[in-house]
Formats: sequence, structure tokens, C-alpha cells
Amino acid sequence: MTQTPILSGRGLVKRFGKVTALDRCDFDLMPGEILAVIGDNGAGKSVMIKTLSGALQPDGGQVYLDGREASFQSPTDAREAGIETVYQTLAMSPALSIADNMFMGREIRQAGFMGRWFRKLDKPAMEAFARDKLSELGLLTIQNINQAVETLSGGQRQGVAVARAAAFGSKVIILDEPTAALGVKESRKVLELILDVRSRGIPIILISHNMPHVFEVADRIHVHRLGRRLCVVNPRDYTMSDAVAFMTGAKDPPIEAVPA
Amino acid sequence: MPTDRNAENYESVLTGASGDVASFDEEDKGLFGRLQEMLHATPSLVPLIVLVAAIVIFGIALGSKFFSPFALTLILQQVQIVGVLAAAQSLIILTAGIDLSVGALAVLSSVIMGQFTFRYGIPPTISVMLGLTIGTAIGAINGWLVSRVKLPPFIVTLGMWQILLAANYLYSRNETLRAQDIAQEAPFLQLLGIKFQLGGATFTMGVLLMVALVATLAYALRSTAWGRHVYAVGDDPEAAKLAGVNVHGTLMSVYMLVGFICALTGWVMIGRFGSVSPAVSTGMMGNIQSITAVVIGGISLFGGRGSIVGAFFGALIVGVFELGLRMAGANPQWTWLLIGALIIGAVSLDQWIRKVSQ
Repeated sequence: MTQTPILSGRGLVKRFGKVTALDRCDFDLMPGEILAVIGDNGAGKSVMIKTLSGALQPDGGQVYLDGREASFQSPTDAREAGIETVYQTLAMSPALSIADNMFMGREIRQAGFMGRWFRKLDKPAMEAFARDKLSELGLLTIQNINQAVETLSGGQRQGVAVARAAAFGSKVIILDEPTAALGVKESRKVLELILDVRSRGIPIILISHNMPHVFEVADRIHVHRLGRRLCVVNPRDYTMSDAVAFMTGAKDPPIEAVPA
Repeated sequence: MPTDRNAENYESVLTGASGDVASFDEEDKGLFGRLQEMLHATPSLVPLIVLVAAIVIFGIALGSKFFSPFALTLILQQVQIVGVLAAAQSLIILTAGIDLSVGALAVLSSVIMGQFTFRYGIPPTISVMLGLTIGTAIGAINGWLVSRVKLPPFIVTLGMWQILLAANYLYSRNETLRAQDIAQEAPFLQLLGIKFQLGGATFTMGVLLMVALVATLAYALRSTAWGRHVYAVGDDPEAAKLAGVNVHGTLMSVYMLVGFICALTGWVMIGRFGSVSPAVSTGMMGNIQSITAVVIGGISLFGGRGSIVGAFFGALIVGVFELGLRMAGANPQWTWLLIGALIIGAVSLDQWIRKVSQ
């Protein structure tokens, strides 16, 4: 490959006490692609994602954004660099409204005197924006944009989290199990949204256990096993059972797919 | 695989799916159900209803003796110390913490303001500013221990309470500054005790300060990003951090602001009592009194829910009970018995309201 990866990791190590979650792990995301990350439970997918999104700091190794060394001390750092993440836990405050949650940490202030001197938030603007993004996602079953997130169903909550990332991500969007709690219709919308985001030129990292979804949208599949990258395969060359066999260790990965 | 061929077909009917915003027939939930939803949307309604009911009941029972501008504003004067402390306590409890040191910090601040003026001859305006600064700094220490060292707020402030109370006696040498001396030599210290009449009502600067403080904090919590962050941190700090909130910064700002407000309470106390004494009961009881007001006001001790206006109503409810029962000639123990029942009642009601979302 001649292109430089937009986001990559080299030799990432992360330990929690005696547990090694990342074992000299490499990672590459190419511009404009959808990269699926699959792996067994406990393989370290989420930990790898968290080191890329600034939620965890690796004990060793280096993250590169656009070919330059990047060191994200917090999720805010990564967000400012244009990396948006939807975490498995969704990272939402249940007692606050949908609009509050979408704009958490990047609220819009009113123009003019009230905003400048009294730091008053522009709630109508934030609500209108939130409503727009939710309808784009087809989350029309949400009746009231001011309802607390805790009154939403699990799928609706996930939809709000995905809408938040899609609305603000400018360089990379990371989705950790975005369709796990969604219904058929919402899953379809999320997959369409993923393709739509790619068509805007923004690459996506998709972590999922749902093989049909992975094989439908992914350009490449990163197979994670025992804390490191086992291989990267093209979904057109392999079947779902091959992929499952690689990630569970039932089958050895193809030589040509194992990076040096 | 044969299943691959069919994988997409079941979704093809989605093109015909409904695109309307969901709407449902408003099912009649009965008076109780609607009340429950209303209270869920506006939690401070509960203490407001209790407050109004208490005023009405005492008004009917005691007549114009109680239901007069004089008596009602007297309540405001009597709750000003607890009211301001409750505003501070609300902020901490919204972040899922608790502050046992609020009362002791208020007393220590009042002693600092008084002793700096009388022992070192510092101009009273400067002494007050130094008192407010030291209060803020002590709040910062609490905040740092909670946010950076990750100690439980209960432990940090339990220790700080003892430290501040002891420091308060050591530093003041257990000496009281008399009201007449302060009035003569440093009237600025008693600024918040200045009274003015409006009809039959009597207000003090301290009462105005309390109302202005509650209004300002209510605005900041509802309509600024900082306020939303305070709620988010109290609700789920991990989620708030991942969503991009500066959790440490928010906690530090809250604890420092609370230190400042406690020191302000010290200044209110000089206005209310006229004198400066290290032995006022606020040092021992201020924490429990403020927590009582906050709980009756419907703020969840688990953080992230409730409104500061509710805590203000909570403080007023306690004041109404105290004055009303005293006027009715009841044994003062009845006040505490009823307040105790009210605390348990308020928390039970809170649990019931929450069921609306389940």
C-alpha cells in the first residue's frame, strides 16, 4: 500500500495489573475506508479503540494521526483532532435531555449580550440541530427532543449516540458495537449512515460481532486475537465462517494477510 | 453459504416503512398518573406544594399572627444562614458528593473576618475579601482531595469539618467579638445585617443576598454549559468524561464555589448575630441543617437530579415549621419530629416520581 494511513497505531501495549490487554498491537485505518474490527470477547478490541480515542493512554507504542505522532491525553483531545467515538456504554447522562447529551462538552452559546456576558446557552439552536440529526437517522419514534435519555429505549439511546458522532466527526468515526441493541429498521439506518459517512470521505472504524453487517459494509476486516492484530482480510476473499475461524483460533490466518 | 443469499431480503420491505413521528392516544392515566408525570418534569414542585400547604395550614390555625408580612419575612431572616449553606450543599450533592464541613467553614470564615479586623487592624473590607479568599482556598483543598486523590467526599469533609472546627477555636482563642464593638469600629462586617422595611415586611441584606444567590445559581445550573456539566458529572462521571466534559475542572469549580459561598455565609452570620463567636451552633449543626433542606427540597443524594430552587424551598419549609410550631406554643421537639417525617416522606415521594421512567 502506498497511501499513508489516516490513523494508525504501532506496538501499542496496555496492561491492567498483570493482565495484558494489548500486546504490541498494530493498527491501520486508510483514508475513506470502512475498517471492521472483529475479535472474540476479551480479545482487547475495546481497549485498542480506547487508546486510539484518548480514553486510555497506552503503556507503550505510538498512535499516528495523518502520519504524525499523536498523543491524546483525554477523549477531548481526540475529539478536537476530529475523532468521534461511540462507546459501548454510550457515554450519556441519563437524567439529561437528548439535546443536552448531543452537545455535552461543546455547547452552543447564544450570540450577543446574554451569551457573551451570562454564558447563556442557545437551547433552541441545539434542539433544532439535534432534531435534524435524529430525523436524518430515521429515529422518528422519539417524540420529544427534551425528554431525558433515561426515558428512551436502549435502541433509541444508541441511535442518539451514533447521531452525535456522525454529526461532529470530521476525520475518523469510531463505532463500538453500534447495532448491538438496535432493531432491524434502526440497524439498517445505522448501516446506511455508515455508508453515507464514508461517501463524504470520512473513514470509519466499526467494531461489531454482527458478521452479516461487517461483511456488508466493511472494505477491510481487522481480526483481533489475544491482544494483537492477527490479520487483515478482504471480505470479498473470505467467508464469514473463515473470519470466525480466524478470530477464534480454529484456523490459521492466510500468510499473505498477516502483516510483517 | 445459503444464508448469505437471504441475508438482505428481509430488510427490503423497509422502503415501505412508516416515516411519521410516532404519536399515541393520550391514555387517561388518572389524576395520580398525570401528577406523577408533572412532578417528574419539575421536581421542585413537591417542596413548593409542601411549603404552600404548610403556610396555609399555619395561617388558618394561627390567623394573622402567623399570616402577616412581618412573620413571613421573619422566616426569611431566620433561614438565611441555612438557606445560603443549603445552596452550597446542593451544588456538592448534585455532583454526587456530600459536604460535612460547610457549617464549620462558615464559622471559621466569620472568625477570620472578625479577627483580621480586630487583631491585625486590617480594614474590614479587606478582611472580608481575605475571608472569602481563604474559604475558596479551603474549598479547593476539599475539591482536590475528592477529584485528584479520589477520596470519598464524605471522608474528606468529615476530616475537614474536625480540622476547621479545631482551627476555629485555636485561632480565635475561644474569644467572642462583641456586637457593639463591631458596630462602632467595623460596621462593614455587619453590612448584611442591615434591615429595611417594605410595608409591614422586614428584609435584611442577607435575605436579599440569599435570594439573589439562589436565583443566580439556578440560572447557571439550567442555562449554562457549566451547569449541564455539573449535572452530567453527578449523573455518571465516566460517561461525562468520555463525552468530553472536563470532570476534574468541573469538580474543582464546584468545591471552590462552595468554599466561597460558605465564607459568604460567615459574613451573613456576622450580620445576623452582630457578634463573631467561634462557638455558634452552625459549626456543629450547619452540615445536617443544610443536608436536611437539600433532601426535603427533592435533590437526590446520588447526584445529578434535582434543582437548587427545591433546596431553597426545603430551607423555607424548615423555617415555617419552626416558627409556626413555636407560635402555636408547641414543644420545639415537635418541629424535629415533623422534619424527620418530612425527610422520609420526601425521599419516598422521590422514589415514586422516578417510577415514571420505568
